[in-house]
Amino acid sequence: MIAHPFDYLTPKSLPEALLLLADPDAKALAGGMSLIPMMKLRLAAPAKLVDLRGVPGLTSISEESGRLKIGALATHFDIESSRLVRAKCPLLAMAAAHIGDVQVRNMGTIGGSIAHADPAADYPAALQALEATISIAGVGGTRAVSAAEFFVDTFTTAVGPGELVVEVSVPVEAAGTGTSYQKCLQPASGFAIVGVAARLQAVSGNISMARIGVTGLSGCSFRANGVEALLESGSDPQAAAAAIANGIDANSDIHASAEYRLHLARVYAAKAIRAALAAAR
Amino acid sequence: MASVITEQEKLIGKGIKRKEDPRLITGTATYVDDMQLPGMHHACIVRSPYAAANIKSIDIKAALETPGVVAVYTGAAVKDVGPVPCGASLPGLRVPHHHILAQDRVYFVGHPVAVVVATDRYIARDGADLVEVDYDVLPAVADPEKALADGAPAVHPQWPDNVAFNFHQENGEVEKVFAEAEVVVKQRITSQRLIPSSMETRAVLAEYRSGEKALTIYSSSQIPHLLRTLVAGMLGVPEHKLRVVVPEVGGGFGSKLNVYAEEALMGWIAMKTGKPVKWIESRRENFLTTIHGRGHVDYYEIAAKKDGTITGIRLKLIQDLGAYHQLLTPAIPTLSVLMMPGLYRCQTICADIVGVFTNCVPTDAYRGAGRPEATHGIERMVDMLAAELKMDAAELRLKNFIQPGEFPFASATGLTYDSGDYAKPLKKALDIVNYMGLREQQRKARAEGRWMGIGMSTYGEICAFGPSPATPAGGWESASVRIEPSGKITVHTGVSPHGQGEETTFSQIVADELGVDFNDVVVLHGDTAIVQYGIGTFGSRGTAVGGTALYFALQELKAKIKRFGAMLLDTDSVVYEEGRCACRKTGNSVSLAEIAGASYRAMKLPPGTEPGMMATYFWEPPNFTFPFGAHIVVTEVDKETGVVTIQRYVAVDDCGKILNPLIVAGQVHGGVAQGIGQSLYEHGIYDDNGQLLTGEFMDYAIPKITMMPWIESEHTETPSPVNPLGVKGVGEAGTIGCSPAVVNSVVDALSPLGVRHLDMPLSPEKIWKVLQGGQA
Repeated sequence: MIAHPFDYLTPKSLPEALLLLADPDAKALAGGMSLIPMMKLRLAAPAKLVDLRGVPGLTSISEESGRLKIGALATHFDIESSRLVRAKCPLLAMAAAHIGDVQVRNMGTIGGSIAHADPAADYPAALQALEATISIAGVGGTRAVSAAEFFVDTFTTAVGPGELVVEVSVPVEAAGTGTSYQKCLQPASGFAIVGVAARLQAVSGNISMARIGVTGLSGCSFRANGVEALLESGSDPQAAAAAIANGIDANSDIHASAEYRLHLARVYAAKAIRAALAAAR
Repeated sequence: MASVITEQEKLIGKGIKRKEDPRLITGTATYVDDMQLPGMHHACIVRSPYAAANIKSIDIKAALETPGVVAVYTGAAVKDVGPVPCGASLPGLRVPHHHILAQDRVYFVGHPVAVVVATDRYIARDGADLVEVDYDVLPAVADPEKALADGAPAVHPQWPDNVAFNFHQENGEVEKVFAEAEVVVKQRITSQRLIPSSMETRAVLAEYRSGEKALTIYSSSQIPHLLRTLVAGMLGVPEHKLRVVVPEVGGGFGSKLNVYAEEALMGWIAMKTGKPVKWIESRRENFLTTIHGRGHVDYYEIAAKKDGTITGIRLKLIQDLGAYHQLLTPAIPTLSVLMMPGLYRCQTICADIVGVFTNCVPTDAYRGAGRPEATHGIERMVDMLAAELKMDAAELRLKNFIQPGEFPFASATGLTYDSGDYAKPLKKALDIVNYMGLREQQRKARAEGRWMGIGMSTYGEICAFGPSPATPAGGWESASVRIEPSGKITVHTGVSPHGQGEETTFSQIVADELGVDFNDVVVLHGDTAIVQYGIGTFGSRGTAVGGTALYFALQELKAKIKRFGAMLLDTDSVVYEEGRCACRKTGNSVSLAEIAGASYRAMKLPPGTEPGMMATYFWEPPNFTFPFGAHIVVTEVDKETGVVTIQRYVAVDDCGKILNPLIVAGQVHGGVAQGIGQSLYEHGIYDDNGQLLTGEFMDYAIPKITMMPWIESEHTETPSPVNPLGVKGVGEAGTIGCSPAVVNSVVDALSPLGVRHLDMPLSPEKIWKVLQGGQA
């Protein structure tokens, strides 16, 4: 539980941070909730840690032209407790509230969490359903990618070498939109065995728009397009939810077999869809 | 000199807040890792990544060349240090020589192979990575039943059958009873491996003063004096030259009722290097190398008459011992056998234990130590018998209980149960939950298609270990009480509290017996240089045995106080009350402080009386104590996911006389939490290669606060006649009563599906598979 030696660097601006991160032996440190345990177990051994917490401007949460802009260093607690997020994008606040425990939520950040891309983390399901945009800064400038492009594979994202997640942008929900995040908790780690985020627009029960994000089920979070299409074409929630596992190569471990995970995905998808529908009314 | 005034309020029985808590809550307590000694080195241990392997070579060169690394030692250096001791003796017991560092072979993942000593903890850890061990990996076996199969890999090559011992105990005409039984119910029941998970891991700091030839070992332990005796033997240090200090201990749950290789190893390094050396166990090491608990596979048979009278119990117990015997490893399952009949009158029992070596870390005492396994077994069997006979589970229990008039009761396993009224807590628990109403609710729930379950356990315990002939190292306990010249009071207790709150309860006893202020008492423990020999804290013995020793020391002291009081008051007839000695005739009195001062000033002494005011008492208990109780658990199983929710938890515990209800509640809550952990979440899983799959808290689930139900904790109070305090002990009750009640409740919930047994932990997937029509 003792890390390899490393240098600790504290940049005071984004350009300085990006300059330091150009070194392939450097690793960005935000809340440290994943990186530090990995270092203590000696599963990760960066030679340099670039602590981003001294970089100004990365913790803000604001509304701008119909979207919420969440700074990469906003903590899970900042997000779950933000009146703005709770009012305008409740799905993100819900997902944040499901993460770990109070201590983790006080330290962990949205940028750190998504850049780590744990396949069982909570945010990815919500960000997939929200069709969030993630801003990635590099020495050459900043680019924006969609959540679907961002999450590439297990612990793998669209963030390139030397790049940093700087902002997450999510839509301000329109009236008539209902959302819900439903999660089956792994009792030891608090991660999701399966987590499903549902985001629906419905008029008198008819679903006009459905976005379903899934985490924990397989190696990477994903949008359940099949379920979305079924919902948008009038299938009932139960029948649509059943399609969530179609064609999925489910994870299997000591906490849940693939067969049970697939079953849970269907159960939690139905729960999330029903709850989102109820919220849309 | 004033007259005796008012009746002072007694503290025993009151929920006094613990003296220990302010320092624990504010982070100002001193643990081993808080201690810094000048020139102190740090040790990091190189451990085997394999469960079974021959060590071909160890290359320490790169580690030794690391700046800051002071020394690296391998098995060869310490081969003459005595073995890690096993304190249990059983006929024919095979005891493998347990070196403090592996010699030519490793036997479990985490087996210590080498130790790196460095100027700081980080360098020591880096150095450990540079020790190159070349292993020749051997086949391993991690499952006790597989280890017994023909052709299984031999854990210890000299014993190819992997059997460490067989143990048999029986009473009554077993064959006849089972042949004539009207009903026999059989079941295989497991109690899975559990990882004790104390908040503070193990921690050792050793210091050698060469001038005095004196070694001091600071260790996070439950047994300072036994540790001293045994480590002195291992290291060849004269016992009087070894001091063991146990500072604050962040939990043990039995896992620190032991002597570990690292305790001797740090002592050896301190002597070898002449510098203090500290080793703090990492959490990962704690999972891999501190003892585990449970590890039973039990084959039960219960014989009964059609009217529900239990006539016989038969048990084949397969104990997963792990690769070595730690201090009490082989003794733990024998406690299960002693506890086998539970609270029932049945006099015919037959038990066979086979202790099995596996390539895993040893099992040993973990909260309850053998008794949760036994209670789980008998309480599951009684429920299965009730189902078989279509009798109510409470009714069947009430029918078979030993009755209040039958105490002291000679059990089928040779114990003498001290006192009890077993129906009382059960009836109280049934009343609290409104049992008949609950059953009605269950009928309605089932009609609505919900799986609601009601489960109970009525448990007994063997506590207050114990009479010396029945324990490996003596079962007495010691206390000394010193009244200082100012009247303040210092208690030295031989027990070693590490969360049980005896600084508080013992202060209550002193305050009541001597009529002094609770805050004028300090209770010291855990330092062999200042405390007389003692046995330690385990087996719910601290207050029942240690508190009783204190009580008797106080009686001796009171006699001396009165002799001094009589002298000072110039009378031959005094009473001692409310902290003052008073003359019966005149009413004149002197305070305890005046008496204490006079005893040290010693201007004048009562005839035949020594100066000073101190008494020491070693108390040998005439028997164990036998707490008991009833737990009722209401559960509901989610049909879609298999998730079990505990809707109600009622615990009615009878731990004898209650000295401090707050402390008792804390013990019950913590015990139940660990019972729920075993019932629903915890499982130390080794794969077939002997790799621990649940080696960190990311994979090993202990219950968090959000996973705990509200615990309705009630009591009945049946005093123990074994000690004058009437206390029985409560440290393990919650754990022992819990798991069968939870499992009985879930089995009850699923009984319409034909489910009659489920093994722990009741994970959602396991239940879901049952709901799918699969086998449990």
